[in-house]
Formats: sequence, structure tokens, C-alpha cells
Amino acid sequence: MIVVIDYNVGNVKSLCNAFSYIGCDVKLSCDPQILEVSTGLVLPGVAAFGYAVNALGSLAERIKDLALSGKPLLGICVGYQMLFDKSSEHGWHNGLGLVHGNIVPIPSTQIIPHMGWNTVKPAEQMDLFAGLEEEKHFYFAHSFYADIKDNKTKIAYTDYGFDLPASVQKENIYGTQFHPEKSGRVGLEILKNFAEICKRTNA
Amino acid sequence: MLTKRIIPCLDVKDNRVVKGVNFLNLRDAGDPVELGTKYSDTGADELVFLDITATIRSRKTIVELVERVAENVFIPFTVGGGIQTVEQIDELLRSGAEKVSVNTAAVENPDLLQQASQRFGNQCVVLAIDARRLKDKPGKWQVCVKAGSEPTDIDVVEWAVKGQQLGAGEILLTSMDADGTKAGYDNELNKAVTNAVNIPVIASGGAGKLEHLYDAIVDGGVDAVLMASITHFGNYTIKQIKQYLQSRGIDVNL
Repeated sequence: MIVVIDYNVGNVKSLCNAFSYIGCDVKLSCDPQILEVSTGLVLPGVAAFGYAVNALGSLAERIKDLALSGKPLLGICVGYQMLFDKSSEHGWHNGLGLVHGNIVPIPSTQIIPHMGWNTVKPAEQMDLFAGLEEEKHFYFAHSFYADIKDNKTKIAYTDYGFDLPASVQKENIYGTQFHPEKSGRVGLEILKNFAEICKRTNA
Repeated sequence: MLTKRIIPCLDVKDNRVVKGVNFLNLRDAGDPVELGTKYSDTGADELVFLDITATIRSRKTIVELVERVAENVFIPFTVGGGIQTVEQIDELLRSGAEKVSVNTAAVENPDLLQQASQRFGNQCVVLAIDARRLKDKPGKWQVCVKAGSEPTDIDVVEWAVKGQQLGAGEILLTSMDADGTKAGYDNELNKAVTNAVNIPVIASGGAGKLEHLYDAIVDGGVDAVLMASITHFGNYTIKQIKQYLQSRGIDVNL
């Protein structure tokens, strides 16, 4: 069972719907015991960073422990951004620090937010992109991005006037700046791949 | 490259999709969930659902509609119509909408944009502007509220800039003069707004032919085009629209 972490922010329903649609056993929960017995965790987020971190509260440490113990974790959008050290959105806020780097504003030379469908070029052997070798379009909606400073990562990029990290993988920790649950059929493939990772890890 | 977005708009009244001309003479265009699913399956980049009745009774219906759409549609969709509070926005986002558009309430209470963007992030907050060309002032448009029925003395370009400052992450710009006429978008209006702001702008009102979409993107400088009549009634498929734009050198997600 995959658990989508419910911390009272944003669009968690779409994510659960998407996992159900692809035939996954999914549960929306904030109960630490249920998080513990899950096969994998998804940290969603449609919110401002500071609001999301505050809403997560003491669950943050719990999620961090589970991820460090090897449980697959997928962060999406602001949930992805929260995997990093800190963010400068509306003042500095600390993230989970699971992947090193900071969340910083997209340069103002670009239209902000970066909103819409952009092509993503995965690095080799990124588990989330298994079977999706070609560049595909995914849906983005964000004003800040992760400036990744972690040499233990594999990174997929998108072009937004500069190489903007679109997805990261660090051992069992995964993240997408784009919304797989809103990226049509190709997005559902990403979620299927995550479900597969969870199954493998718990086999 | 970020692609230009093709966005069908579904005006919803009593759980049916309707479409009118200059905001009047409504014509039935089908079931919102069915139509939304069809658009998602055939390559639309996003959807917009507008509750055009926006009454207390319809608000409950629209939340249920959002829930049903979100079970079947895995592309982003925006919901608008009569939204007045941060709590209502929260409910719609939690029900499965990706973004919420505000119009009259933002004019009456600009703080709403700020509160909503600080809580949910700018990318969730769409400022919908209904613009009417001022006959006596060329190159000027006035903001209209309450589904276009009430003109204000607010200048559209100034309001767009202020909306961006307050935290709107996108502008849905409807030309009331062009809406439903199928005579083309008001690209003078689109250009005036895209020149003034640094957030994405969606052109709305007036699409009748494929070249109108191209013109809005190239002459109007918009990031996305909204349409209703030309796709609802089967004149063009989303694929035909994207193939046409691609053949003219526009980046689309095909």
C-alpha cells in the first residue's frame, strides 16, 4: 500500500485518483503508524513552501527517518522541493534536507510561474523514467526551482532558458518538479514506475 | 521548450456545458465530465470549468463536479465562477482542481489574491479579467464584473499589473467584445496585457478559425489560448488545432 501523506494542503485527491486509476492500493493518511507500514510514501504539495513545511510539522522527522531507513519516497512539486535543504520562498524555510541544494526563484528574465507542458530529458537509469527513453512532455506549475548541490543524485532536466532540474533520484528518494498526476498518460507511467519501485523494495 | 497551451473552456450551468454569444443566448454543449474526459483523452493541455450561475446552490454542485472530473481527468483544470473566499479556494483545490480563477471577488477585495497566493502558491491563483473596449478611448479597456454585467472604472492593463503584484500566477483575459463572435481574439488587448505583465496570459473570447489561435500567440504574445465554440461543436479537434499550429512553427505538445 502506497500512502499519500495528508497534511491538509493542496490537491491530494488528484494524486490518489491517479494511483487508483492505475490499479494501485493507495491511502491518504497522516497517521505515523500507517506511514510506517506503507510500501512507499508520496509527499504531495500544492502550497507555498513555508505553509507546507509548517503544515507538515512533526511529521517531517517521521518521513525523514522512514526515507533514510530505505522506504521509497516520492516528492511532487512543493513536496519535491521539501526534500531539499531550504527554500527562499516568502523568507527562508528549512526543508527535510534529504537531498542537498536550495529552492530559489526562477530568474525574472523568464515568464513566472513556469506553467505548462515542457519536455523532460532524463539521465540514464532513472527508475521513474523506465520505459520512457524519449523526451516527453510533462506539466509544470512553479515559480521556484531546486538548485541541486548533491553529487549522489541523478537529475532529469527541462529547458526553461536554462537547465532546470525536473526530477531527481537519490537512492530510494525520488522527486518531480512536474505533476505526474496531471501529465496525462505519460504522467501515469511515472506513477506506475514508482509503484513498481515500491513493490520491488518490499518484495 | 515550454509549449503553447490549448485550453477548451466549459461554461457550466445546471450541470450542463453551455455556450453563448457575447455572454448571452446559451446553447447546450453536453455533460461536463464527459466532455472534459473527451478533451483530456484527445490531447487538450488543460481545461477550464466556469460555473456561470455561481449561486449558493450551484457552488455545491460545482464541488461535486470537480470531484467527478478529477476522477477521470489527469490533466490540469481550473475552476472559476463566483469564488469569494480562501476557504472556497481550499475546498476546490482539495476536491481536485489544479487552479482556481477569481474575478469579481478580486476586484471587490484584492487582498483575496494575496491571501490565496501566500497559502496555495501563485501557480494556483488565476486572475480572470472580463475586458470591454472603451469606445471613446482607443487602446483602452475597462474591467467588467459580475459576469460582465457591471462595468467598473478600472483600466484592464493597470488591473493586470496590480493582480500580478498581489500574487496572481496567471491571467485569463476575456474580451467581452469578441466572446462568442468567432471573429478572432482581441490581439490589441492581448498585446497590451502581455507587454505589461511577466506571468502567463491566456487569451479568451473570439476563436472561430485556426489562424485566430496562431494570431493570438504571435500577435497577442499569449502563452495559451482558450476556446469553446470551435471545439465543442465539432468544428475542429484538439489534434487538428495542434497540427496546424505546429505546421506554422509554434511549439505544442502533440
